[in-house]
Amino acid sequence: MGIYLPIAEISVNVFVLLAMGAAVGFLSGMFGVGGGFLITPLLIFYNIPPAIAVATGANQVIASSVSGVLSHMKRGTLDFKLGGVLLAGGIIGSTAGIYVFAFLRRLGQLDLFISLLYVVLLGTVGGLMLVESINALRATRSGAAPVLKKSGQHNWIHRLPLKMRFRASKLFVSVIPVLGLGAGIGFLSSIMGVGGGFIMVPALIYLLKVPTNVVIGTSLFQIIFTSAYTTLVHATTNQTVDVVLAFLLMAGGVAGAQYGAKAGQRLRGEQLRALLALLVLAVAIRLAIDLFVTPPNLYSLSSAGLN
Amino acid sequence: MAGPKALAAAILLSLLAAAAPAKAQTPLTEGIQIGLSTDNVSITAGFSGADLTIFGSLENPDPLVARQGRYDVIVVLEGPPKPVVVRRKDRVLGVWVNLDSETFENVPVSYSVATTRPLQDITEPNSYKQLSLGASNLYMQPADAGDSPATIEEFTAALRERKGAAGLYSENVGGVQFLSQNLFRATVRLAPNVPVGTHKARAFLFKSGLFIKESSAQLEIRKSGFEQSIFRVAHDYSFLYGVFAISLAMLTGWLGRLIFRKD
Repeated sequence: MGIYLPIAEISVNVFVLLAMGAAVGFLSGMFGVGGGFLITPLLIFYNIPPAIAVATGANQVIASSVSGVLSHMKRGTLDFKLGGVLLAGGIIGSTAGIYVFAFLRRLGQLDLFISLLYVVLLGTVGGLMLVESINALRATRSGAAPVLKKSGQHNWIHRLPLKMRFRASKLFVSVIPVLGLGAGIGFLSSIMGVGGGFIMVPALIYLLKVPTNVVIGTSLFQIIFTSAYTTLVHATTNQTVDVVLAFLLMAGGVAGAQYGAKAGQRLRGEQLRALLALLVLAVAIRLAIDLFVTPPNLYSLSSAGLN
Repeated sequence: MAGPKALAAAILLSLLAAAAPAKAQTPLTEGIQIGLSTDNVSITAGFSGADLTIFGSLENPDPLVARQGRYDVIVVLEGPPKPVVVRRKDRVLGVWVNLDSETFENVPVSYSVATTRPLQDITEPNSYKQLSLGASNLYMQPADAGDSPATIEEFTAALRERKGAAGLYSENVGGVQFLSQNLFRATVRLAPNVPVGTHKARAFLFKSGLFIKESSAQLEIRKSGFEQSIFRVAHDYSFLYGVFAISLAMLTGWLGRLIFRKD
């Protein structure tokens, strides 16, 4: 069944989008990530203009984060104060990102920049995760108990001034790296249409030494608001949020996520991480190929009246 | 959604017979008239392109010339003019990057032509140039006239080629047919991605290769239905639209958890 997307201005198949949302929801439920980093490239592969894929991706991320946060709130694994500081940084980063986004769009370099960011970030994160999980798999196979990274070790981040206490996370740390991390994620959110969980979660664990149990809830909490802010700003400055597209993805996504979460319980942690790493790398490689392959047409048209 | 919807903007023309007494000179000059029965056309969301039929008539045709088929008519449906940026990708360190670009002012978003015969058989290339008639003769005005003529020419050609590939610039040879000595029917193509806005239908009359007269009419193309309302709201009330998009996402997330809760 075809449906016309009012903002993207193309006709698409409803079932393809529902399936896309369900598949990404399944994976995000399985791996505990928002799925924005998969949705946006998939939409681009499906010929949705990148600017619309990004803004709509941000909108879709809200839905999956809300349902995630609700369950973390119930379990009490959410540090509102830490989330709040991250959010303050996120708003700053997101605002900067929107300006860069509009500027690049005027220059005609937006699509390239989005692809490059995806290739670099997904390539790096996927590569690191793959190495880490293969090592863990090897270790378990050889019988040794998996060695967890030792937390509590102090690094340069803990010597920065302006310290603040985060009770729920049992953390006493400078607000500078927290704000910086939030700003970085906010920036990526507005340019890439991702929630940023795949960067936020490892950064909170390894850089700020936040206890693992509060990391996902806190990260999701701040992602809701950063993505909401990003969605709002994209809607007002670029008019690139397509609610019909977003709704189809969300509807598929919230259903898929539950089955994914169930499936995820049957796999072991390092197997999950290895699979996720492969998936992330596959998306990065697919986007990288497009950058290097000679395009079928060297010329492109765009309306000059943007913004 | 609705299948392709055939569009017929029927045109009713008072054939001249009735109005003839106005002029009683012996060598009556030929004229051309087109008119649209409706001045706006709504296309629905599932629109996948259609043919638009325009009727018109010749005024005071010379029966002899008409019989010899020496009258030619070209009908153009021209979309609203918009500035366009044409960009060219080049390789930088192996990566394809948009490098050079050229902005053109007032480029018709769409341009469909229907003719009685192939363009080159109707009149000289020069008269097309003068009339700025036909997709390949349309004058594209570069925003920065200082660029080298070769560059401008290259990007102009690319612009026409891309518009043609998108189906926005089209030519329908034989799309104008005489139904009688006076009456003709023109069929112009509306591409699936036909832009909304005020379109201008123009008819050009040629007699033995000479341009005689032009007549024009306006046509509003609108998109209708649910999707179009969304588009309008997104542009006119973008803040509220954003708030709505966020609320919808939050509601979906919350409902998703209520319905599918597993813990």
